[in-house]
Amino acid sequence: MKLLLTLLFIGLSQNAFAIGVDLKKLPDPVMEARAQNIMRELRCLVCQNQSIIESDAELAGDLRAIVREQVAMGKNHEQIIEFMTSRYGDWILLKPPFKASNAVLWLGPIFLLLIGGFLVFRTIRQSENSVKLSPLSADEEERLKQIIEDRG
Amino acid sequence: MQFKRFLPLFIFAGLFVVFIIGLTLNPREIPSAMINKPVPEFSLPPLKGDGVGLSSADLKDTENIIIINFFASWCGPCRVEHPSLEILGKMDGVKLFGIAYKDLPRNSISFLKSLGNPYAKVGTDLKGRTAIDWGVTGTPETFFIKNGIIRYQHIGPIYESQIAEKIVPIINELKEESGS
Repeated sequence: MKLLLTLLFIGLSQNAFAIGVDLKKLPDPVMEARAQNIMRELRCLVCQNQSIIESDAELAGDLRAIVREQVAMGKNHEQIIEFMTSRYGDWILLKPPFKASNAVLWLGPIFLLLIGGFLVFRTIRQSENSVKLSPLSADEEERLKQIIEDRG
Repeated sequence: MQFKRFLPLFIFAGLFVVFIIGLTLNPREIPSAMINKPVPEFSLPPLKGDGVGLSSADLKDTENIIIINFFASWCGPCRVEHPSLEILGKMDGVKLFGIAYKDLPRNSISFLKSLGNPYAKVGTDLKGRTAIDWGVTGTPETFFIKNGIIRYQHIGPIYESQIAEKIVPIINELKEESGS
């Protein structure tokens, strides 16, 4: 019962499916879905780090309306993204594109992972080497025997 | 060997410097994408009556430095920056135009009546679409234009202290270019 209620309330909250308070949506559900996909990629400039689909800011609402208009006009994904970035720069994209200026950002983690992997590999190899023992010499064999006998 | 011993210290020092620099940056600052682009085409109605209040044709003036200020009567920081605009509007070789952003014309008019009207011309952008073409994220925002090209974008109010420090040097720099 508790579980059922919990699930019910999670369902009712609908946070995961939240869409700004737009009254005007595109009549064609396929087009509306396309528009919403684009909105999800665009970062709200007022509240920052929310996508425009999640944001309640007025500017985000205006941008949503523009995305819908342009989808209805038959513009494709790239054209609409280009419209936005030409005005607001890459800043408006939640996923920054790969460019020379931010290559460090994209490649840095991979580079660090490689360095870390190399260090781990080297440490393991070194500790293996230090554990490797040469067989006992005849002298040592003799001493070992002696010790065991003494104890016995 | 000696170097290897100090390697962690060097790495720490390097990261320390990087993070200290990082702390001084403002992640909320949006870099302008409009710099060195031609002014967007637009034509806006005036505050009163019909016709054209302000259009992109007004900005292609090659003799003056053009300043475009997005403002609204409902915007608090716009009141704060108003004295600065009065100063900029009176400067030689400078033309100051206003665009009222999502503001009812009668509210804009009473705003300008009570504080003074520093603008040579005003256009009204009721729907805020022109502002989006300019890459405006909110009011006040101010653009500096030379020969129809956007050269500088000031986000937020221009405080009076910034006029001598920042704005006048920018205007002078743009003016000197025309001499060459």
